[in-house]
Amino acid sequence: MTKQFLFDGQPVEFEDGQTILEAARAAGHYIPHLCWHPDFPPHGSCKLCIVKAGGRHVSSCALPAREGMEVESNTPEMNAERRALLQMLFVEGNHFCPSCEKSGNCQLQALAYELEMATARFNHFFPDRPVDASHPDVLLDFNRCIFCELCVRASRDVDGKSVFALTDRGIHKHLVVNAESGRLGDTDFSVDDRAANICPVGVILRKRVGFALPIGSRKYDGAAISVVAMKEGE
Amino acid sequence: MPEVDPVVQQVVARHGGDPSHLLQILIEVQEVFGYLPAPSLTAVARELAVPRSRVEGVAGFYSFLYPAPIGRYRILFSDNITDQMLGSRALLEALCRKLWVEPGKPSEDGLVSIDTTSCTGLCDQGPAVLVNGRAITRLDYRRVNEIAELVRKAVPLDRWPAAFFQIEDNVRRRDALLGPTFQPGSALAAALKLGPAGWLEQMRLSGLRGRGGAGFTTHVKWKSCRDAAGPDKVVVCNADEGEPGTFKDRVLLASHAERVFEGMALAAYATGARTGLVYLRGEYRFLLEPLRALLDRMRGDGLLGRSILGEKGFDFDIDIHLGAGAYVCGEETALLESLEGKRGTPRIRPPFPVTRGYLGRPTVVNNVETLAKTTLISLGGGAAFAATGTAQSTGTKLLSISGDCALPGIYEYPFGVTIERVLEDCGAGDAQLVQVGGASGVTIAGYEFQRRIAFEDVPTAGAFMVFDSGRDPFDIARNFVHFFAHESCGFCTPCRVGTALLKGYMDKLALGRGAKVDLADIEWVDRLLRNASHCGLGSSAANPVVDTLIKFRPSYERRLKSLEFEPAFDLDAALADARRITGRDDPAAHLDGGRGR
Ligand SMILES: Cc1cc2nc3c(=O)[nH]c(=O)nc-3n(C[C@H](O)[C@H](O)[C@H](O)COP(=O)(O)O)c2cc1C
Ligand code: SF4
Ligand code: SF4
Ligand code: FES
Repeated sequence: MTKQFLFDGQPVEFEDGQTILEAARAAGHYIPHLCWHPDFPPHGSCKLCIVKAGGRHVSSCALPAREGMEVESNTPEMNAERRALLQMLFVEGNHFCPSCEKSGNCQLQALAYELEMATARFNHFFPDRPVDASHPDVLLDFNRCIFCELCVRASRDVDGKSVFALTDRGIHKHLVVNAESGRLGDTDFSVDDRAANICPVGVILRKRVGFALPIGSRKYDGAAISVVAMKEGE
Repeated sequence: MPEVDPVVQQVVARHGGDPSHLLQILIEVQEVFGYLPAPSLTAVARELAVPRSRVEGVAGFYSFLYPAPIGRYRILFSDNITDQMLGSRALLEALCRKLWVEPGKPSEDGLVSIDTTSCTGLCDQGPAVLVNGRAITRLDYRRVNEIAELVRKAVPLDRWPAAFFQIEDNVRRRDALLGPTFQPGSALAAALKLGPAGWLEQMRLSGLRGRGGAGFTTHVKWKSCRDAAGPDKVVVCNADEGEPGTFKDRVLLASHAERVFEGMALAAYATGARTGLVYLRGEYRFLLEPLRALLDRMRGDGLLGRSILGEKGFDFDIDIHLGAGAYVCGEETALLESLEGKRGTPRIRPPFPVTRGYLGRPTVVNNVETLAKTTLISLGGGAAFAATGTAQSTGTKLLSISGDCALPGIYEYPFGVTIERVLEDCGAGDAQLVQVGGASGVTIAGYEFQRRIAFEDVPTAGAFMVFDSGRDPFDIARNFVHFFAHESCGFCTPCRVGTALLKGYMDKLALGRGAKVDLADIEWVDRLLRNASHCGLGSSAANPVVDTLIKFRPSYERRLKSLEFEPAFDLDAALADARRITGRDDPAAHLDGGRGR
């Protein structure tokens, strides 16, 4: 017999070991997420995927579903908290979307539209980390990192290179590369690496293609992220 | 400076080239060079055959590791609120003036650097400093002068006056644990008579709950670990004791470590574990050699090693790992990461450590005091243990008392004691509030002094900080907010950004620039911290503010400049540059039309 839980009042089936987020997606329900990616184990850092299960807040990308669980996700309360988490990510980095070449392809920006984030609400931190343009094909703008560690995981677990890591802690946490010089150009990073093509925001950018696709016809310009993500399985 | 490569090779060899010892290796390399030069990280990575990025990630995580040059004398002032109340900030400034340095910046000649650090667990004999990791207590202006002289003359630390480094136990009240003398080996012998199952049954009868904060029932944890699949089980003693205002584990390890280690062996006997690890906070580095010597004695006495007390198949030994200045590593899964030589980031749970812990092996993590208490249960039986305390909180609890009282120190009480009684005993005649359980604990106001120390009423890992009527609750909360912002591991969004935002709001209020909307924002950030954080650090980081906002709201409102919006900066002052450049100073060049001048 298949097992079920209630997702926003609707029955959702799941198999043992499936997380709430996976089971909900399989049943056609989108849950906002940034650090989760279908090709990788759950990470649990961004907290955009929080839901209430049995009255308690949990990370739906990480928590295995349980029989009879009652999950609240697309509610004004949860979306207000998600919006605040987005606002935190926005003020923590430098996200000046109009001048960012990731605009329109950026999951952070797309989620801000999805969740109707109208202002940043909190004071900006304005980090000031120099751009790394040392690599022939790829540029790094560290000030947009949301610390999802997808590049870290992809480089370590798929590319076998560990080009990226996070160092320091708290609000000072930042991305570093695998070289004593600290320069991407001194690593074995390649533009064909999985890690080069996974950043949800505008940190890891291919050189020379920035505006090949004009703003207006980009990934999230035509449809909301909740639609695109479900259609493209991400 | 010695050559990098040979030093690194030697240290790595001492650790058998084991990457899970990365943190220990970095600590030891730093002991040679004073900091961690970039080539030393490259060398460590090469020798361990791990990516350099991983080494840099770890080196940057811990407060006591320095990837950039730092003074040859590193002086860190304990910055807990209790140290501040004893005048630590003024002493810090005095020392800075004497040595011509700015806080946080090494002197130009590289001789000395002076900074603050989170609570060093010496609140009963503060203000305290760490000099190159060694604790100095009871700082006053005389000591500051002497330290300045010793540093200027570059006298090696070994030749500083021994009195500086004296650390007292200050035990003021003894009960079941601290009272009787302990015969090493007696608790193990008693458990061996019962057999593993019989011993675990006594643990069940005792009702013992964890003394590290969460109060989880110990025998349930042990039983889950025993029943978990996997032959290589592990017992970990959590001696990270990072909660501000807590220092009872320090005293247990200084004077009752036989009980703690024997408690670990008792846990091993119940669960079948063969490996024991102690995670000792870096601030307690001074305990490392005495503890290692004790482990050697216990091995000699047949209390550790193979066939303990002659029992065939009962093999268990203990190793000690050092922390390096990270409060979050007291959280049990962050602690396991740190023991594995990684950044101290809390894991996703489930799975819990009892099924997948240290290196994926079933692991029991217990607090120092919890483990020490198990020797009482073995010796006196579970029922006798359960006869003291309350029904839901059996046995006694060690309190670390500091702040505004005549007799700070360690007090052992049966659970259920009222806060009023404790205040009376420690000579706190004018208490306005008590912070029980440390920065992440509960703020208790005067009208609540009838409440009791117990898991079901006011739970605590042991901190009990007293504040008299002259103290401002806002200042206390602000100190704790700074602590959490400094200690957030930065893994999850709500805590990484939320604690930094909270710090900003509290600083704005402290400057007298707060507005009513700031209080609303504070409450909103608090809610996100509570609800969305990945671990207990973030979810309790809001506690001191939430509690003081409810119980001492005037202390906040007094600081509001206006009840409406107020920017964090002075708008009119910000226009001063523009006025200077344009050469204007007419009324229209001022926000208020010049009336305020
Ligand atoms: C941020 C944080 C810090 C903690 N620090 C400590 C600590 O220093 N010592 C400790 O024993 N437990 C600490 N804990 C609790 C541990 O996670 C764990 O519950 C405890 O070690 C279990 O032992 P016990 O059951 O014997 O109490 C901390 C928890 C959190 C969330
Ligand atoms: S660089 Fe991009 S992929 Fe990597 S951690 Fe930052 S946001 Fe995530
Ligand atoms: S709550 Fe804070 S300490 Fe805990 S995982 Fe999140 S950032 Fe790290
Ligand atoms: S998607 Fe679950 S925490 Fe990021």
